[in-house]
Amino acid sequence: MMRGLALILLPLIAALTSPARSEEVVAALNQNRVALTANFAGSEILVFGAVRHEAPLPEDGPSLEVIVTIQGPSTPVEIWRKARTLGIWVNSDSVRLRAAPSFYAVASTAPLEQALSNTEDLRHRISIPLAIRAAGEAVGRPDATAFTEALVRIRDENDLYQQLDGSVTFERDTLFNTRISLPSNLTEGTYATRIFLTRGGEVIDRYETSIEVSKVGLERWLYTLAHEQPILYGLLALVIALVAGWGASAAFRYMRG
Amino acid sequence: MSIYLPIAEISVNAFLLLGIGGLVGVLSGMFGVGGGFLITPLLFFIGIPPAVAVATGVNQVVASSISGVLAHLRRRTVDLRMGLVLLAGGFAGSLLGIWLFNLLSAMGQIDLFVQLSYVLFLGLIGLLMFLEGVRSLTRARRPGARRRRLHRHLWVHKWPIKMKFRVSGLYISVIPPLMVGALVGVMAAIMGVGGGFIMVPAMIYVLGMPTKVVVGTSLFQIIFVSGFTTMMHATTNYSVDVILAGLLILGGVIGAQLGTRLGLRLNAEQLRILLAVLVLAVAGKIALDLLLQPSELYSVTVLERR
Repeated sequence: MMRGLALILLPLIAALTSPARSEEVVAALNQNRVALTANFAGSEILVFGAVRHEAPLPEDGPSLEVIVTIQGPSTPVEIWRKARTLGIWVNSDSVRLRAAPSFYAVASTAPLEQALSNTEDLRHRISIPLAIRAAGEAVGRPDATAFTEALVRIRDENDLYQQLDGSVTFERDTLFNTRISLPSNLTEGTYATRIFLTRGGEVIDRYETSIEVSKVGLERWLYTLAHEQPILYGLLALVIALVAGWGASAAFRYMRG
Repeated sequence: MSIYLPIAEISVNAFLLLGIGGLVGVLSGMFGVGGGFLITPLLFFIGIPPAVAVATGVNQVVASSISGVLAHLRRRTVDLRMGLVLLAGGFAGSLLGIWLFNLLSAMGQIDLFVQLSYVLFLGLIGLLMFLEGVRSLTRARRPGARRRRLHRHLWVHKWPIKMKFRVSGLYISVIPPLMVGALVGVMAAIMGVGGGFIMVPAMIYVLGMPTKVVVGTSLFQIIFVSGFTTMMHATTNYSVDVILAGLLILGGVIGAQLGTRLGLRLNAEQLRILLAVLVLAVAGKIALDLLLQPSELYSVTVLERR
């Protein structure tokens, strides 16, 4: 029994202590659940963690960098472009993406292009354009890039896509933390959170966790009712209107005597 | 104070919503209109998704029409028979409208279609009301001006399947009221309005109904058509937000009572010109949005959430 366990554990220990993985990153979030309550007005996630050094830090050479990404659930989207037809501006061309993250934030200690090489970005899909492309290539148009750029621009304006260069504080190459704010128009689902440790643009370790965003209380109840019992929900909407309309009329008639 | 809307999936200031409801309520109390034609564009403007704005606007119309029709029922100024005929047309129109709404949503052209409908209908009605208001203002200043004939024979009197409408004092074909009802039903589904602003003129000028029963009868029909449309949107698009509707209704109910009192202080002709200017302003704003180059040419539509 003990020998069996040792046989399994030994390679693991060897892997952990091998010189190729001389640095390890561990991280945590201040909250793994975000509750969409009636007074939800956005939320701030604190990501913090530490780097474990097996060997003493090299005297010179490229510095250690930390990159944090948070990615919301992906949905298919259609991006429309307006053009002038008969004097008015009309949606004329569109590009469909099979999936685009509803939220994506990437925070880093240094500017992203400095902290990450292109090959590593391609492999791990870290920068915003690659995170979108990872989820689904735009199909059918030669000028599709203009459309995906527009998607990034629009979602960036709504704080749904955020590139936060230099927003991760990193102390003595060991302790790091960053705050990422989630806007108020969040979609429900699992928000994958990744932390990358890089040196000279190469990813040397990564850590993954996730945040659950869900409606609670009245919001949850109404949303479920609307989707699972639409007839009952519709009747509820009508009863509210009926009571309010009748009640207002009666109340003011009473007030006038 | 922000409030998270469970269906619109967006957080909006609750007082802003109460304010919009209140403002529209004041106007509906002053002018006797449902106010859907103002609420729906205002909801677009504060970032509520169009599908939710239309479906929730229509739900708000139910509440404001109920509160209005009760007053008219007490005064016996509702032609129930005419109301039922209009309603039959309205249900058919609403079904057609929902189908059209979903078709155009899939084609990505729903926003354009809604905007064009607003410009066309509001522009036309606003212009007619404005001219009518100006004409009667000048007529009121000149004593001895000619009066309208009491009974006119319009083309609607010649069509088959005639029916007697006692309260309105009419004996006309049921086809024109069915058509008017259907048109209003389509508009309720697509534009999120009750359609009073188009039905009232249609009842006076096309059907030849006496003015005193027109508002009550149109409100009666609007309750059921907008109620039916609310149900259709709730069951096919899941896009009615009751929290949003509740806040708009609450603001509207208070505003309407205020508006009724304000309305008593102004004379009817000035009121009509004021409403016409308001309607034209909304139409003009939407027309400008279509004509001027938008600052962002692209827009993003999320497909099939789940």
